[in-house]
Amino acid sequence: MIADVARVFTRPAGWLIDAWSYLLSLVAGFTGIEMLQYAFMHRAFLVGILIAVIAPLIGTFLVHRQLALIGDALAHTAFAGVAVGLFVNATLGTGVSPYLTAVVVAIVAALAIELISEVTDAYNDVSMAIVLSTGFALGAVLISLNAGGLAVGVNQYLFGSLATVSRSNTIILIGLFAIISLVVGTTYKQLLYVTFDETAARVAGLNVPWYNRIMTMLTAMVVVGAMQIMGVILVAAMLVVPVAGAAQLARSFREALLASVILAEIAVLVGITLSFHYEATAGGTIVLVAVAVYIAAVLFGKVRTNRSAADAPATADESTAD
Amino acid sequence: MSHISVENVSFGYTATPVVRDVSFTIDGGEYVGLVGPNGSGKSTLLQLLLGLYEPDRGDIRLFDRPTRAFVDRERVGYVAQDVTTNTKEMPITVEEVVLMGRFPHAGFGRITADDRERARKALRKAGIAHLAGKRITRLSGGQRQRTYIARALAGEADLLVFDEPTVGVDAESVGEFFSLLDELNRDGMSVLLVEHDIEAVIEHTDRVLCLNGELYFDGPSEAFPESDALERAYGITTGERAGVTR
Repeated sequence: MIADVARVFTRPAGWLIDAWSYLLSLVAGFTGIEMLQYAFMHRAFLVGILIAVIAPLIGTFLVHRQLALIGDALAHTAFAGVAVGLFVNATLGTGVSPYLTAVVVAIVAALAIELISEVTDAYNDVSMAIVLSTGFALGAVLISLNAGGLAVGVNQYLFGSLATVSRSNTIILIGLFAIISLVVGTTYKQLLYVTFDETAARVAGLNVPWYNRIMTMLTAMVVVGAMQIMGVILVAAMLVVPVAGAAQLARSFREALLASVILAEIAVLVGITLSFHYEATAGGTIVLVAVAVYIAAVLFGKVRTNRSAADAPATADESTAD
Repeated sequence: MSHISVENVSFGYTATPVVRDVSFTIDGGEYVGLVGPNGSGKSTLLQLLLGLYEPDRGDIRLFDRPTRAFVDRERVGYVAQDVTTNTKEMPITVEEVVLMGRFPHAGFGRITADDRERARKALRKAGIAHLAGKRITRLSGGQRQRTYIARALAGEADLLVFDEPTVGVDAESVGEFFSLLDELNRDGMSVLLVEHDIEAVIEHTDRVLCLNGELYFDGPSEAFPESDALERAYGITTGERAGVTR
């Protein structure tokens, strides 16, 4: 029964991967671009493009709620989830995808962050720090308990790799992409209201704790989805860096969302290409490109602001700098 | 129909009550100022009225319904101190903020052309239609407060509740802000204003509530400077009252 239901969802994802792979093979045939001849690169580009949509989509809400570090906290718990999956597979001989266990552990951790903040009235960064440390400690302990079996596979999760993007992992990410897009599309107005003015949102009747939980769970999904290419250590960058760059360019929230996705796509596509050509780690390369794009956005934003200020008539109470 | 009804309400964050046995009613179209010294429980009382906390004792009703059962949330427009100090450089336009007033109406549905038209109307009413496309963090404090009023108007609120709205706003903008409030009240809007500036409250509102844990005064604004509530709540003596008059 469960297998049948799973098939209903995974089959269209499989078709999408096949169609995408076929398309890139055609492009490779016409252009002779070497990296597009490999199936793993087809999947890497597909996963990268999807990550560059969902990460800034969620990151835009997080950054403007000053919760940029939650990505880091959940990435470290996702690492614990990976360690749980690897440990279970090594000790029980099962074949559970570590990404699935990572999704579960990260979502539990996301709820724990909210719970700690609500129950103890602690600042959000305190609960994040507790969950981050617990996650990394759990991962480290599980790996040390079975060092011979796990240590070999851990590096790819820590630093990310284009080669780890298997077909099944791509299907998982397509599923996460669909869930995240659907939830954000449905609750966009509510999430925006809570992000901008939490008290007014409560007065307006929104269940703010519920939307906070939704946001942290979506963050957990993004983190796990992006982890396979970016790696645990760098995954949070995709939630923050393109968003910070977009904030320098955009006037409205919608523009900021769009701009952050465009900047993230540039970072991912250029980063994956450079990573392939120079055999550098994918996560690190993507983040370095993202930071370069961010610096360019900051410089462009400053130049535009200064030019607008010089052109605009001086007014006492209103800047038209944007 | 009363817009706000408070009966024998007490509340404390700890065992010590911050608000003690407070009762009053605000009817439709009233213009009421709530004053009190720092720590008097003004903001706490406001949060109780808005349903953000439950009173330990007593009963609070909004539009004749208990606050916990009150669902027509768009009927209450809430304007606090400027929230953009918390949102730093969040890229969001005046129009996007004002449209938030339509969110309770839209629920999970799409923002319609009618919603946008009502938001534009609210922007015109607040006198900031020309700022619709501007990023809110680039506006003056007075313009930002007008934006939040426009958000409440877009939601078609019947009652506007303000919590120290003029903190950090320059003197000229404060004058314009109160002019807008006066105009809205003349049009029939109920206004409850929590404000530290007693003179402004006496000058603009029709009725004053003075709180310092318990309610010290509830009466016409012009009678407040002559009441003993000023001395009891603020320690202002008879000789110092000359400055606190219309």
